[in-house]
Amino acid sequence: MSSLAYTGFELRRTFRERRLFIFAFGFPLILYYVIAAPNRNIHDLDGTGISLPLYYMTGLASFGTMMSMMSAGFRIAGERQVGWTRQLRITPLSTRAYLRAKVVTAYAMAATSLALLYIAAATLGVSLPAGTWLGMTGLIAVGLLPFAALGIALGHVLTVDSTGPATGGIVSLLAIVSGTWFPVTHGFLYDVGRWVPSYWLVQAARTSVHGQGWGTMGWAVVAGWTVVLATLAAYAFARDSGRV
Amino acid sequence: MIVPNGRLGAVSEPFALSGDAPAIELRELEKSWRGPAGPVRAVRGIDVSVRRGETVALLGPNGAGKSTTIDMILGLVRPDAGSVSVLGGPPRAAVHAGLIGAMLQTGALIRNLSVRELVAMAASLYPRPLAVDEVLERVGLADIAGQRTQKLSGGETQRVRFAIALVGDPQLLILDEPTVALDVEGRRAFWQAMRHLASEGRTLLFATHYLDEADANADRVVLLARGTVVADGATTEIKGRVGTRTIRATLPGVDVAALTALAGVHSADRHGEAVSLICDDSDRAIRALLARYDEARDIEIAGAGLEDAFLRLTVDAQEDG
Repeated sequence: MSSLAYTGFELRRTFRERRLFIFAFGFPLILYYVIAAPNRNIHDLDGTGISLPLYYMTGLASFGTMMSMMSAGFRIAGERQVGWTRQLRITPLSTRAYLRAKVVTAYAMAATSLALLYIAAATLGVSLPAGTWLGMTGLIAVGLLPFAALGIALGHVLTVDSTGPATGGIVSLLAIVSGTWFPVTHGFLYDVGRWVPSYWLVQAARTSVHGQGWGTMGWAVVAGWTVVLATLAAYAFARDSGRV
Repeated sequence: MIVPNGRLGAVSEPFALSGDAPAIELRELEKSWRGPAGPVRAVRGIDVSVRRGETVALLGPNGAGKSTTIDMILGLVRPDAGSVSVLGGPPRAAVHAGLIGAMLQTGALIRNLSVRELVAMAASLYPRPLAVDEVLERVGLADIAGQRTQKLSGGETQRVRFAIALVGDPQLLILDEPTVALDVEGRRAFWQAMRHLASEGRTLLFATHYLDEADANADRVVLLARGTVVADGATTEIKGRVGTRTIRATLPGVDVAALTALAGVHSADRHGEAVSLICDDSDRAIRALLARYDEARDIEIAGAGLEDAFLRLTVDAQEDG
């Protein structure tokens, strides 16, 4: 009960932070219209079998939701910098409740980013059966798990000043190999991309439309990264708490 | 245990890890930090026991080991040697049970919440919190309860931190240099609130480097210097051991040697027209000063500078050893 209240306050203060809105919500939305609006009549993008507005909807959704998840790192680093993390450590708040609040808040931001892009896509004529929407959203939610862990890990390792560039840099690099900006279907980028979890975020729409899901490879990559990054986050958190 | 039940609810339920154990028990506590020039021994063998209901000042200059000791009492730092027991158990158990409230030396507030929301957020973490509005009233935040935390002054921020330490209805309240950012009125209000908390049967431990604050607000003073306890006793007792006072006055064209020779004066110093006399017996010194120099103006008598007191007490401690 009490930890739910804590999560509620975390949500409230996160959604009042205007700076994060610009990066996590505004930026992907503007880019989406810039890319997709003039090309809304391309119905089969580079042999992917899906329309350009739909392809870039998930591309930019992956970008926005990754940013949203990793913004947890920015908030955690900020709390550490002002000494709030130490203050929390002298209250009965459990580690589990603390981390749950961070993950729930990150997912709430990601959900908002996703909803905005879905609406934007609908205005450009994207329409899918309800089951496909749901399946795609579910895959995206699972695909974001590694990034929840990564955000927490970075927040407990980096300073406020370095979380911004680190998050931006990581997301930008991942976006290229994952096909956010242009479809990656073969060659070097494809070989690399298939091994990063964000590739499978971007592919969530394509695989859902074709009724395929991720296949073994996708699930294995996402699960593997989730385990690795969650372990890293646990280590970073423990090391940070020991030192505080 | 019968305690006066004040407006804040106070220690109405006797809830503790072990009923009769001291509030704080430190045994041969040691902690070193890694410094650029080898290990720095911040705390070198501290033994202190604080009874329930006591108000204790942890007094010492910067670097005496006050904050490190407090961090170990709160379980934020693990001692290298020795033991810490809080309310009869390990520090973290007392923290998890919500029995401790603390205000650390440094720390700002998180942004984008109102004062009331932030205190309510802190309250939500404790099993038996006090009413948020009553706490805000008590620490003088009622008027700015709706303001965002990033728009507060230093003194207001400090009061919010005090409210956060208090809102969990702790049995043991630990405050590290609580009045640093407060103005005179803020300090007065703060100590008034503290006395009320003490009257409710809570145990209070505060660190300070102001002798006057310790004197006026604590039952007992633990003096720390260079990581050891150099004195531990009632405030009157410690004052007797420290003893010195300083007289300052405007007195043009006077010889320092003549001032030093006055009855009750330990040493004298002059900067232009301003003179300052460090006195063993300020009552005799002021009479002697005025008898000899009735032109002396702007006279002030102040308590001992803590640095002086420390020099004396540490020297005494070394001689005793």
